[in-house]
Amino acid sequence: MVGIDWYLALSAVIFTIGMIGVLIRRNAIVVFMCVELMLNAVNLSLVAFSAYHGDVTGQILVFFSLAVAAAEAVIGLAIILAIFRNNLSVDITKVNLLRW
Amino acid sequence: MELYSFTFLAVLAIASAVGMILTRNTVNSALLLVLNLLSVAGLYLVLQAQFLALIQVLVYAGAIMVLFLFVIMLLNLDEEESFFDKIRVKYIVAFLLGVVIFGQILYSLGGITDLLPEISEEMEFAGTVEALGDVLYTDFLFAFEMTAILLTAAVVGAIMIAQYKKTDKGDS
Repeated sequence: MVGIDWYLALSAVIFTIGMIGVLIRRNAIVVFMCVELMLNAVNLSLVAFSAYHGDVTGQILVFFSLAVAAAEAVIGLAIILAIFRNNLSVDITKVNLLRW
Repeated sequence: MELYSFTFLAVLAIASAVGMILTRNTVNSALLLVLNLLSVAGLYLVLQAQFLALIQVLVYAGAIMVLFLFVIMLLNLDEEESFFDKIRVKYIVAFLLGVVIFGQILYSLGGITDLLPEISEEMEFAGTVEALGDVLYTDFLFAFEMTAILLTAAVVGAIMIAQYKKTDKGDS
């Protein structure tokens, strides 16, 4: 039996990799995929907690989180498409209209 | 056996995540994310959450990633310029920030290590479709219906945002 702390550590590692990706990449789609990666890492820790408690509620939460992630992906990709139509680029450093 | 599966899947997940943020090509990045999602689905199986592993493969690795690939194809992207050319200050700052966040998470994990749950007897029955459905359609029925409304709203919103309007500039 693998201890739950290993799952939590793995989840933290994946979350951090996703966060570094959000910070360093400039392609909006890759940034978006990194956000999905972070969501996924958090889901992993929820499932680990749920399994070790023997309580199914955590998995229900992951189920809802999957649904919200699907909705978020759809809206986000639509926004990226709209930005691409306006700017002809998905480079996030070129989307600087609101920049201070 | 479980230890080996966990180690294998964990290494696969971390390697594909690192590859995903480092690869130059957007399509390769998406495919590596699929690999990552699949290995996390494998970890769900190790944790005996069969239903979620199935949903992960179907919804995440199937539907959402196909959507991503379609958008990448539609946009016909060039390769990202100047990310790999020179190491800039901001990448170093991003890396340090990542290390700080990771340390913070590990610190808070270390703080609760004594409180982590023991493995309980019910664990073997927790992940089946039956167990999940039992709770989902009774205790969480309202949230379930709200999810349906959310998804409908997301579809309508996505169509509204992404639709191509043929506006003639002269008129309005």
